[in-house]
Amino acid sequence: MTDEVRVYVEEAPGQRREVVAPTDMGLSLMEILKADGYDIQATCGGMALCGTCHVEVLAGPALPEPSDDELAMLESLPVMTQGSRLSCQIRITERMDGLVVRLMPQNA
Amino acid sequence: MNSISTDICIIGAGPVGLFAVFEAGLLKLRCHVVDALPQVGGQLSEIYPKKPIYDIPGFPEVLAGDLVRNLMQQIAPFHPTFTLGERVERYAKLDDGTFQLFTTDGTEIICKTICIAGGLGSFEPRKPAIEDLEKFEGGRGVHYMVRDPEHFRNQRLVIAGGGDSALDWTIFLADVAKEVTLVHRGTTFRGAADSAEKVQKLHEAGKVRLVLSSNVTHVHGNGHLEAVTITANGGSTESVALDHFIPLFGLTPKLGPIGEWGLELQDDAVKVNTLDYSTSEPGVFAIGDINTYPGKLKLILCGFHEAALMAQGAFKYINPDKKYVLKYTTVNGVPTL
Repeated sequence: MTDEVRVYVEEAPGQRREVVAPTDMGLSLMEILKADGYDIQATCGGMALCGTCHVEVLAGPALPEPSDDELAMLESLPVMTQGSRLSCQIRITERMDGLVVRLMPQNA
Repeated sequence: MNSISTDICIIGAGPVGLFAVFEAGLLKLRCHVVDALPQVGGQLSEIYPKKPIYDIPGFPEVLAGDLVRNLMQQIAPFHPTFTLGERVERYAKLDDGTFQLFTTDGTEIICKTICIAGGLGSFEPRKPAIEDLEKFEGGRGVHYMVRDPEHFRNQRLVIAGGGDSALDWTIFLADVAKEVTLVHRGTTFRGAADSAEKVQKLHEAGKVRLVLSSNVTHVHGNGHLEAVTITANGGSTESVALDHFIPLFGLTPKLGPIGEWGLELQDDAVKVNTLDYSTSEPGVFAIGDINTYPGKLKLILCGFHEAALMAQGAFKYINPDKKYVLKYTTVNGVPTL
């Protein structure tokens, strides 16, 4: 099974849940998390427009830099941390194995 | 007062709302289309007019803006009418079974059926999570947008946010208000470098107070807002007396007033019966991204299909005694209205 990676969602401090994600379907992290049952609105469907798929990257491999659109959206949110990303803008590839994220409040 | 009378009032001028005019037109139903945006096309015009779409049947590739232009050409024979730049706020069912809608600008629309094709909904200000904030909404000191800058003349303001609108309004209101404090959770502004520099200069000139690495965490007042607590990332707090607090954290799509209409909802979308895309309210239909049903896919092409079935449902609702016969455009051409 080489076409899969494991990403981890920190549901509480120190408590991580594994999510297996296929790498051969061109899915975004948002789509993976939603499919796994996490309560993410992702109202805009993945166009970096609504900010409702906000996650914080806690650990793991380096990700491609966010685009200007993504940064502009993150900047406008009430809460933003060093690791803030829009999960809809993170494309799942084989390099993402071991990524650890935390879901941010929907309105933040 | 501006008043319009029609068969179907379509709420939302996105691709699905526009195509609904065509499907309704084939059944000789007249349509009036309302959209909060000043132009037709919805997201396609507002957000990604230059992006190619690859999954419209018959078009290997089409720019979103071109698809909107084509749809407008396709529905032209049916002479739809439009109210643009106004949002539908409320509706009522009249005694004779027709619906009465009102827009933000007071336009009245009388229609036999309503077709909600509102897409993502309307873009509304994002509200920060501060306890009791809503107590001071509606003219009691909290504003999520600046409608009339004169409202703030000689007043004490705290603006929160780090995006372009927070910067732009800080600059503008520095000359209008008595005091302006800008609170930003970060240390830098990633928005327009130009605006960030201007705010910095205003700060140095003593015209704007800049509080970085901090958040507004509490609001206080008795009836009207009187003060806010600003908490620095390190934990220290200060209380600032003010007349108005303006959090500017961008816009986010929300269902908007339609969510208050008593229609059955699920996950912020309108539940429909896939037989005819009718909602829980007879005579009110919902198509496109705004509806939900088992197996729902938020695709333009699915919205087009929904529009065709909705038009049949609306026809039957308006003409319960008429027998409907499916007509093919290849056989009959496009009728005129």
